[in-house]
Amino acid sequence: MNEPRKHDLIVIGAGPAGAHAAMAAAGCGLDVLLLDEQPAAGGQIWRRPSSSRVDNQPVRTQPDLAHGDALRIALAASSVTCAFGHRVWSVSDRYRVDTLGPDGAAAFGARQLVVAAGAHERIIPFGGWTLPGVMGLAAATILLKAEARLPGQKVVVAGRGPLLAAVAAGVIAKGGEVVAIVDRTPQREWLASVPALASQPGQLKQGAAWMLAIALRRVPILFGHRIQEALGTDSVSRVVAEPIGGGARRLLDCDALVVGDGLVPGGDIARLLRIAMRHDRRRGGWVPVVSDLFESDRAGLYCVGDGAGVRGAAMATISGEIAGLAVVARLGRAFDAQRMSGLKQRWRKGQRFSDAVAEVMAPRPADVADLRHDTVICRCEDVRLGEIDGALAAGAVDINQLKHFTRCGMGPCQGRMCGAIIEELLAARLEKTREAVGQWTGRPPLRPVSLGDLVGEFSYGDIPVPEPAPL
Amino acid sequence: MSAPYDLCVVGGGIHGCTVALFAARGGMRVALVERGSLCREASGVNAGTLTMQMTRVALIPYAMRAHAMWASASDWLGHDVGVVVCDGLSLAFTEQEAALLTERAGKRREAGAPIELVDGTAARRVEPGLGPGVMLAGHCRVDGYANAYLTGLAYRRALLAAGVDILEQTPASGVRRLSAGFEVVMAATTLGCRRIVLAGGVWIEPMLAWLDIALPIKVLVNQLAVTERLRPVMRTVIGIASGLLSLKQYAHGTTVIGGGWQARGDRERGGAELMPDRLIGNIRLACHAIPALRDARLARAWAGLEAETADALPAVGPVPGIADAYVCGSVHSGYTSGPYLARLLAERILGRQPELPLFPIDRLLKPAESTA
Repeated sequence: MNEPRKHDLIVIGAGPAGAHAAMAAAGCGLDVLLLDEQPAAGGQIWRRPSSSRVDNQPVRTQPDLAHGDALRIALAASSVTCAFGHRVWSVSDRYRVDTLGPDGAAAFGARQLVVAAGAHERIIPFGGWTLPGVMGLAAATILLKAEARLPGQKVVVAGRGPLLAAVAAGVIAKGGEVVAIVDRTPQREWLASVPALASQPGQLKQGAAWMLAIALRRVPILFGHRIQEALGTDSVSRVVAEPIGGGARRLLDCDALVVGDGLVPGGDIARLLRIAMRHDRRRGGWVPVVSDLFESDRAGLYCVGDGAGVRGAAMATISGEIAGLAVVARLGRAFDAQRMSGLKQRWRKGQRFSDAVAEVMAPRPADVADLRHDTVICRCEDVRLGEIDGALAAGAVDINQLKHFTRCGMGPCQGRMCGAIIEELLAARLEKTREAVGQWTGRPPLRPVSLGDLVGEFSYGDIPVPEPAPL
Repeated sequence: MSAPYDLCVVGGGIHGCTVALFAARGGMRVALVERGSLCREASGVNAGTLTMQMTRVALIPYAMRAHAMWASASDWLGHDVGVVVCDGLSLAFTEQEAALLTERAGKRREAGAPIELVDGTAARRVEPGLGPGVMLAGHCRVDGYANAYLTGLAYRRALLAAGVDILEQTPASGVRRLSAGFEVVMAATTLGCRRIVLAGGVWIEPMLAWLDIALPIKVLVNQLAVTERLRPVMRTVIGIASGLLSLKQYAHGTTVIGGGWQARGDRERGGAELMPDRLIGNIRLACHAIPALRDARLARAWAGLEAETADALPAVGPVPGIADAYVCGSVHSGYTSGPYLARLLAERILGRQPELPLFPIDRLLKPAESTA
């Protein structure tokens, strides 16, 4: 493969942050390539319904769909070159982005890079969380938004953060029953956050609409509770909810458990490129250290949106636009300085709301305090808490060493799912800070890719085999 | 200061760990100083191949004995490190590769490796998973692999059982020569010892500089890849004539692909950045050899540092001109041969006659320095 031609800018991720970064830069005349794994822009929050399902009345979580449609129309009208269906598996050099696209392996180059990789879900393990019928809030959201399908007929929604209400409302709108909402957040914490949430009336209104739908169905909300165990033989049929800190347990019969304990910023590319990161509990975990223009400590690399710290779609949009303009400035092109200062003002004004929402979703050290000995922590490799404690007793003191001792994090998800939990466990057990415990080393592929797709068709003689080692 | 150790080993890779283990079992009071965790650099992240067909000819007698050590790791190490002994094949798909293989297999056989040349049909009987186009293959029954990532766990237990004081997460910043013995300098403390072994892999160069010895060590940055679990698709260790492929499937179904394709990196940053085109090239070789691998998914690729001297032969022996100081490392295919070479050095340190000659570094030093 020859080195690819260089665009002015590549943006990875076409959610609110990435799409706005791309449009801002392209609007000032830059040659911008926008890459996303999905078939259309919108990211998770503004996901486009599958075309096959459009007639099937997908759940209209109205504002999200309208935002998404507006974004897709604006993007189509812009000069941004979009490459959808491209799974980014490697980022290297300054900057080369390797993807698996519709036509196989492809490589793209750019002088500047905006990473808008979004966030993924945190699930605090519990007994039976690997049973069929237990799924993440994100997976349920995809079912509801893109496929117009219910996760189950009798659904328990559990975890923490505003997504609980969003998914519960979505299930109700689609005709399903929500058995209960099991919310780790105590009611007093929710009430305490109301003044800050009220600083963004539009978003508070959306939240109020969800809560109204939930209240009309008289769905019980168990504040300050968590799932203690999911039970079932072939799939989940009952869950046990318990008050955090002890108290009477509740048995809830259901055929689906949708669970999510907040979001983890997607730091894979930051780790791969070894840019400076810091642990920010409120922002969901490890975040890249960025300037007020969202530039990392690696020149020309910008990190925006929830992937740079969970703040929600509104702030993601602003951060993307700021970074897009910053790239324009860095490449010596003209941009509207007034627009930039307006964006920075909106960013400041939005902080209170996004801080309040992020705080509700943020992990607590106590989350991992009393997990059961036999609870699966790494589901890919079936590593249980007891084995992790065994490795610690055998002398493992760093996160990469723990992996070697137990195989935790060595499976298909490469620790994307269990990493945050295991780091938290290790910090608690060793009485160290998360910074001292560190993170697993970032390595490609950023997402699993098939070897067949990666190598494509080739002839043996064309493989550029290096010189043999000395005999 | 407490009584000095009989031996301090700086560097907790496979070489350092083995010297420390056998010295301790020989009756010495031993400390092992490691800046990170045991066997977490080259010794823990290499491909785990235990093959003769990628071993340098001069090292074959050592590698054959080392292979026997690996095969009996449960006995002397107390942990099997996942070692599987199986057949190995080195493949030739072109005339040029066949010529290279014939030459290389012949020399390795002369040195004691039981390699036979077989045709494609015979090779397929050994490894039914082979793709088409094999012209010639080197077949060796002394082959196999370990689970390299288990190395640190295995050695840690053995060293503790042998009474070695392990100082992990403890970078050494220098070595001072005392009137008798040495003082190893660390951030918060120092450690006195009568003898010292510098076993820092690619960091042997800066370590020897503590003693004013200039030994250039080239840093190879080897790329590797592992697939997700896949149904059994192969049962041997596969390589190619040029040595640019190593391939094996573990019992749990993952397949490790190596062969020494170079990534970007150095001593300071480690294996910092993989080269996508080279990764694809390496995986193409693997898929060409075992076509069923196309069904696997790539789980992870990484890079580890390998040390190489100017003549690509080991640096294992006394440090010239400095009594009781030793160096141990830079062994080509060091994972295969390391335990044996390091045990030889331990024998020498214990005052015994090693079974085979060491590889003193005098040959690699400029005359002025070798008489320091």
